[in-house]
Amino acid sequence: MVAVTSEHTAVSQPWPGVSPAWQQVLTVPSTSAVDPVGTSRQWHYLDNESDVLATGKAPRGTLLCVHGNPTWSYLWRTLLAGATSPETLAAGGPWRVIAVDQLDMGFSERTGTFRRLEDRINDLSDFTAALGLTGPVVSVGHDWGGIISLGWATRHKDQLAAVVLTNTAVHPAGFTLPPALKLALHPAVHQWGTSTTSAFLRVTHGLAAPTLSTEVRAAFMAPYRSVARRAGVGNFVADIPATPEHPSWAALDAVSSDIRSLGVPALMMWGPKDPVFSDRYLRDLITRLPHADVHRFEGASHLVQEDRDIAAPTFTWLAQRFPTSDQAASLEQATTKDSTNTEYVPMLAELDARTADTSTAVVDMLTDGGTRSLSWAQLSCDVDDLAAGLRELGVKAGDRVSLLVPPGINLTTLIYACLRLGAVIVVADPGLGTKGLSRAIKGAGPDFLIGIERALAGARLYNWPGIRIAAEDFPPATATAKKALFKVAGTVPQLLANGRVTRLAGYASTFSTPAPDADAAVLFTSGSTGPAKGVVYTHRRLAAMRDTLKATYRLEAGTSLVAGFAPFALLGPALGATTVTPDMDVTAPRTLTAKALAEAAAAIDATVVFASPAALVNVVATAAELTPALRKVLAGVELLLSAGAPLGQRLLTQVQELTTNAALHTPYGMTEALPVTDIDLPGILAAGAGNGVCVGTPVSGAAIAIAPVLAQGLDLSPTTAAEVTGEILVRAPHVKERYDRLWITQTHSTSIPGWHRTGDVGHLDAQGRLWVEGRMEHILTTPTGVKTPVACEQAVEQVPGVARAAVVGVGPMGTQAAVAIVETAPAIKRPGLAAAPLAAAVRAAALSVGLPLAAVITIDAMPTDVRHNSKIDRAKLSRWAARLLAGQKAGQP
Amino acid sequence: MIGDAAPAHNVGSSPQRKVLVTGTSGMLGRAVAQLLHERGYLVRSLQRRAVQAPWESIQGSIADPDVAARAVAGMDAVVHLAAKVSFTGEWNEFLATNIVGTRQLLRAAQHEGVRDFVFVSSPSVAHFGSSIVGATAGAANPALARGHYARSKAAAEEIALAQNSPAFRVTAIRPHVVWGPGDTQLVERVVERARTGRLPLLDGGRALIDTTYVDNAAEAIVRGLERMDQAHGQALVVTNGEPRPVGELIAGICAAAGVPAPGYSIPGWLARGAGSVIEKAWTVAGARGWVHDEPPMTRFLAEQLSTAHWFDQRNTQAVLDWTPAVSLDEGLSRLAEHYRAL
Repeated sequence: MVAVTSEHTAVSQPWPGVSPAWQQVLTVPSTSAVDPVGTSRQWHYLDNESDVLATGKAPRGTLLCVHGNPTWSYLWRTLLAGATSPETLAAGGPWRVIAVDQLDMGFSERTGTFRRLEDRINDLSDFTAALGLTGPVVSVGHDWGGIISLGWATRHKDQLAAVVLTNTAVHPAGFTLPPALKLALHPAVHQWGTSTTSAFLRVTHGLAAPTLSTEVRAAFMAPYRSVARRAGVGNFVADIPATPEHPSWAALDAVSSDIRSLGVPALMMWGPKDPVFSDRYLRDLITRLPHADVHRFEGASHLVQEDRDIAAPTFTWLAQRFPTSDQAASLEQATTKDSTNTEYVPMLAELDARTADTSTAVVDMLTDGGTRSLSWAQLSCDVDDLAAGLRELGVKAGDRVSLLVPPGINLTTLIYACLRLGAVIVVADPGLGTKGLSRAIKGAGPDFLIGIERALAGARLYNWPGIRIAAEDFPPATATAKKALFKVAGTVPQLLANGRVTRLAGYASTFSTPAPDADAAVLFTSGSTGPAKGVVYTHRRLAAMRDTLKATYRLEAGTSLVAGFAPFALLGPALGATTVTPDMDVTAPRTLTAKALAEAAAAIDATVVFASPAALVNVVATAAELTPALRKVLAGVELLLSAGAPLGQRLLTQVQELTTNAALHTPYGMTEALPVTDIDLPGILAAGAGNGVCVGTPVSGAAIAIAPVLAQGLDLSPTTAAEVTGEILVRAPHVKERYDRLWITQTHSTSIPGWHRTGDVGHLDAQGRLWVEGRMEHILTTPTGVKTPVACEQAVEQVPGVARAAVVGVGPMGTQAAVAIVETAPAIKRPGLAAAPLAAAVRAAALSVGLPLAAVITIDAMPTDVRHNSKIDRAKLSRWAARLLAGQKAGQP
Repeated sequence: MIGDAAPAHNVGSSPQRKVLVTGTSGMLGRAVAQLLHERGYLVRSLQRRAVQAPWESIQGSIADPDVAARAVAGMDAVVHLAAKVSFTGEWNEFLATNIVGTRQLLRAAQHEGVRDFVFVSSPSVAHFGSSIVGATAGAANPALARGHYARSKAAAEEIALAQNSPAFRVTAIRPHVVWGPGDTQLVERVVERARTGRLPLLDGGRALIDTTYVDNAAEAIVRGLERMDQAHGQALVVTNGEPRPVGELIAGICAAAGVPAPGYSIPGWLARGAGSVIEKAWTVAGARGWVHDEPPMTRFLAEQLSTAHWFDQRNTQAVLDWTPAVSLDEGLSRLAEHYRAL
């Protein structure tokens, strides 16, 4: 037990997570304006210097951590501990970490003064001067401490090595204060809420998700136990400059503009559930430090340090940004350039080449049976007009534009108009569900949001960011009211018209060509494994996706294709292919009927069809409504591509009966790489049964390797040896540029140099075909080794009475027990242990492929993902089975 | 490695190694003595009842210092299984046999210059009422262990392992729920209750429980002696490594014994609550001579039947260089054979 006596109170450890050796006190001569000349102040701070000394190695630099209000240096304890961890040392560490208690805060002196922002920045400079802090410094800040740390940074540029920020704001002019802060500042609330009572402290601690433990909560409260000790908390809140008249406005304004000149590496880690320092402040900071690496911890809140591990990523990031000379050399060696460095042809090249082409480019099938179409010349003209209109409204290169518009001519025109401008399209699909969609849009943080009425209603209801633009004109009767209701800045037809007027007036629009490596699009993963992730593509990588499709499926300019699968559909004009969008509800792919498909194909004499598995299921189911003429149209299809999820052989055979002359292909891929491999129906038949689903061989330009899974973990050296099970790795020019604002995820996905880690598990066979065995997180690590579930599931599904099976592991990694969960035919009513005869049969089937089962559970219906309604959510099942078999209340999976 | 620079000594197959086994009137003690005997060890057994055995046998209580001294005389090693095992009973009885008796035996063995001591313990010494899901052994804790049996074994294990030194090597082997033909602890209780319809399943019998077939437990204990170089100073949980839902296990035992499996289920929380009440009532009633059997439900039993109990066997199997030879299903069919022969 260490006792530190400060002016008003004696404080004693232990605080959970704090080593007594870290606690330090320093007397600092003050030069701040608020103090008379000759004043000294006593600072309390945490310093891991003794830990660093114990490692016997020199520190790489110092992290100077500044807490906000109403926390104290305790907030940074995981950084102090992580700075000398074995991982940090292995990565070139240690780092020294100094976390201060600001004056009037924590266990530092209660000065009896009112210290403003300028004083506080100066205080921190006094502190580092008194400490004699030399060498490179990484400033680290949270909440209002973020501004103070940045203020210190702008005044110590010679020493500053990097900037780390967590849920903070630099409150630029024009931004309104968050409602929660406005309330805190209200005279009726301020004194009472912040210092008279401990309400402000308790509310802040209550933001932690998950909830803080009693001990940690007590530690946060420790320095603020009396009204007198809380004076600083109240003054801090009162110093928030809400208006330009506020005394601290100038200091804040200086910091927020000066940080634009900080060229050092920056890392921002954010809890987006923060009701005060919300995503808008993150977006603002990104505009000021555009080179920053950003990670949003979906689900985390204001006290992101408590909600998530920020220490490990911080030191990983520092190791990457400040490699030792050895690391730099080996990194150089390992980083291999994409082997196929093909010539870059912009996405708009085909459109630009066809400005005089009057043949059909795009066709929409309308619900009334009619069609709407544009020629290449018209499309090209509309794209430029819309781009000009958008630019007039303020859309510029690099701006993010969320497109909530169903596939068809409107969407196509918008996409290419944005590409023309260099604006970044954000395409989140309604298949994510309202909640998922909302999270995705907020995460991407678009500057503009263009949507149909339903989307605008969602934007209003869920407070989606971005200046709103209506995709269509409103009916004249309600136009004024709706424009006001949805706060729209314009409509797409208006913008098109504006652009047209400009053009007809003789002002030819010129657009500078976007840089090939500038961001072009943010797409989203399906969200079947946690929250949907944003995936960023550059112009070069989008173009590579187009080139891969073109080369793999020989889609020459002049091809006509039916676009029933969104991501590929947007490539039609880039491929120079005539594209028709069938009449269907895009939010539900299974609404595509055989008739609608055939009519769409007939409209352009389509030879190619892109579709999703769910759509094809319905096409097969509604085949009876096809007239002989429409059947003939489908017989003219030469290539049918089903993308989204692997297609069963039976369904493919049924589809083949409709499209008798088509080559049926089902590519394997993911939002991060579309496509990766391809296989056709004869290929599937030739592959037969095996461990997993055979998805064929790599597409043009792509390479595959396997990172072998061993009992003790992953072997990070890629192999292409046959029959080795492990994580599937992809290398291709059309792999994603990065994950969006998910630096940790991005770092993990590229941690095997030169490869994208897919998170899927599988193996290559002797013929070089890839077999997918499931997701990495579905792997079972049993005492007898690593097992993938697919082969066992396939064996169990052969048992009479079993409709679907999932095999999951319960228990700790390395000693998991295997459990089969089966859906029976007919389905049972209540989940529970399987009846003895079924359990015995399932056990025998599993044992036949080498996996002894601990239990067999029957379930009424498997949980599946929202978008595809086909992928079983094994992670959810595993957690449910674990509860069930531990004798706990299991509830629903 | 924990291994010290001990000189070569009698291990494994040495035919002349003399081993005392205590507690051989029970199923497991008998099996251990039998296995050692078959392996060529010179076995002496100590138990409270007289037994017929092809080895030297002493009758008496380990709580008696004279008996203990006589039992360890001339021995190279001790395998100590003797214990009071019950869900009910007075603390003093557990104290006398399990703690004082163990201390007595340890002292006698050290005095005699015995080299190795295998203390047969129980996983319940380190687990405290919540689910056990793939857990490792953990340290014994008498303060937290639940029930007189577990608490006394925890204290005894602590005492035994504290004596571990290069000159006197001690290991604790903790077999989990040992069963087999002739078992009076689990099998007979299950069969008896099932026969009289007094055996409900709790929560549908879905809790995963790992058990140990008697031959596997005996083998693991003998391996503890043979692998003392690696095992000394450690506590090792021993199981079949085959967790199963407790309902399935009970059904299997009932099927082997030819009695109907439990046909009804009650909620675990209800049984745990009722168990506490019944247990207290039975203790009172027993003291007054109103009842003579075991209570139909106790809190401990309810916990055992409604929460998961299975363990990480990787360290145990590596240290003992051993894997269970008899699978759960093979064990059940041997049990069925045993009942058919009755």
